[in-house]
Amino acid sequence: MSTKTKAAWNVGLIAALLGLLFILEQVMPSGSMLFTVLKKGAIYALVAVSMNLLNGFTGLFSLGQAGFMLLGAYTYAILTIPTESRASVYQYFDGGIVQFALPVPVALIAGGIVAAIFAYLIGLPVLRLKSDYLAIATLGFAEIIRAVFQWDKLGPITNGSNLLRNFPSFKSVLYPFIVSGICIALIVMLINSTYGRAFKAIRDDEIAAEAMGINLAHHKRLAFVISSFFAGVSGGLLAMYQTTIQASMFKSAMTYEILLIVVIGGIGSVTGSCISSFLFIACSEWWLRFLDNENLYIGGFHVPFLRPGFRKVVFAVVIMAMVLFYRQGIMGTKEFSIEAFSGFFKKKFGKKKVEEGGGSHE
Amino acid sequence: MSNILEVKNLNVSYGGIKAVKDISFVVPKGEVVTLIGANGAGKSSTLRSIVGLVKPESGNIQFKEGELAGLPTDQIVSRGITLVPEGRRVFPDMTVLENLKIGAYMRKDDLEEDLKWVHDLFPRLKERSWQLAGTLSGGEQQMLAIGRALMSKPELIMMDEPSLGLAPIIVQGVFDIIREINKQGVTILLVEQNANMALKAANLGYVMETGRITMTGTGMELLENEEVKAAYLGKAKEK
Repeated sequence: MSTKTKAAWNVGLIAALLGLLFILEQVMPSGSMLFTVLKKGAIYALVAVSMNLLNGFTGLFSLGQAGFMLLGAYTYAILTIPTESRASVYQYFDGGIVQFALPVPVALIAGGIVAAIFAYLIGLPVLRLKSDYLAIATLGFAEIIRAVFQWDKLGPITNGSNLLRNFPSFKSVLYPFIVSGICIALIVMLINSTYGRAFKAIRDDEIAAEAMGINLAHHKRLAFVISSFFAGVSGGLLAMYQTTIQASMFKSAMTYEILLIVVIGGIGSVTGSCISSFLFIACSEWWLRFLDNENLYIGGFHVPFLRPGFRKVVFAVVIMAMVLFYRQGIMGTKEFSIEAFSGFFKKKFGKKKVEEGGGSHE
Repeated sequence: MSNILEVKNLNVSYGGIKAVKDISFVVPKGEVVTLIGANGAGKSSTLRSIVGLVKPESGNIQFKEGELAGLPTDQIVSRGITLVPEGRRVFPDMTVLENLKIGAYMRKDDLEEDLKWVHDLFPRLKERSWQLAGTLSGGEQQMLAIGRALMSKPELIMMDEPSLGLAPIIVQGVFDIIREINKQGVTILLVEQNANMALKAANLGYVMETGRITMTGTGMELLENEEVKAAYLGKAKEK
């Protein structure tokens, strides 16, 4: 397939997907779980891909994603709450000190930039660490950020441990899809550029990469800052989706959820992260909800063990099974492409033909 | 003949242990120079400090009139020196082609010509362009490591134990390639434990022992030298 037809296919697919979403929205009741899954899935897909850029492509095992999402979400919320409702939101802090509101896209990008600036500053000392140590340091950072944002002294800006609300949110499911789509496309372009190649070289062998003239510190910082930028943007989107935010939402459990998505999708596969993000959100928000139902009967039989929170146990079992038997995840390091997809079906179809032929022979 | 590389009074230490003690040597332009010696003699440390992976404690490293000591690796590489690291160290989860392109990372110009040059030298690498480098055999990985280094268009290429862990017939192939690359105008600094092969290929040889250079001579002179024979070529001294 030539690059032109490939690009045409991709554009066609994206247009078809957006069209399908648009029609769904017109036809289905807006309260449907499907839309919850699609909205949250798109947002998690972005943050999972940004984590994959760091963990899967640069080989930096970082667990600070929730912290950067918090920065993005708070920046977005603080900058967009309309001036007239500030008094009621910041009721304990005399209306806060920020007395202006920015347009939504500007605030989303600002959220990313704030996350990126923090990433740069934290990266200076932390990126000297490797593997587990880096994970612990970034995890610690995320926890510190969460605590700092709940601090009363910062109340006039962050509203302390109280909710931030009344900021603009999105109605249509198309919104998170388009924003995440653009961001993921940017990340994919980065991965396929010479920078992306340098990131992969660092992941594969730091010493050899350095001997090739790749400046390790510079490239690691670049990957860290870019990944955090997109985590910040997705934090902003998450704020829009939730309509209210609070620092205590951004626990390390959130980072683990994202890590789970990345691992299930395949470390080093962008499309894998996207697919598993929707799968994970669908399971946790929708398909596995019945596990939390204490009084579930199947034909008079009371299913034991079920109680609120039980689905999390199932997730724990799933991740253990994944790590033991299916370490590659759904996609491994491969990417979903139309070529591979059509090739797969051709192979299946071709095989069938041969089998049929064999059958008629007898 | 001018010297492309001049090392003067180089000292390298790792946490208080002196690996390289006050050595000086030259690499004339367009020749094959070899540094032989036993394990731990300081050969690899010398190469690593020339390319900036280890900061030298003191000493001068002159490359084409410029001082290298203290510069970061990326700047040294862009001046025209490349290191083929010990143990090949190809990037296992990247394709052969990507590995080659990483070699040219410091360059911003067109790669097509050099890619063709490397593919002509190593036709195998062209066949395997889309294969992951980790799935290549040891010999092919060594070819890839050399090809990757050539992609930066170096004037001086330094090889750290290119024969390590390879079958004798493959080692022969590696040395043929080294001669071929040298013929095409690239100066080569070779570090080897396989003294026999290295000295046969080299115009100029240095023998290193416990951080010092103890002997110098042309490849042939050293091959004939009784002490070298006894220590590195496994032949007993004649009485």
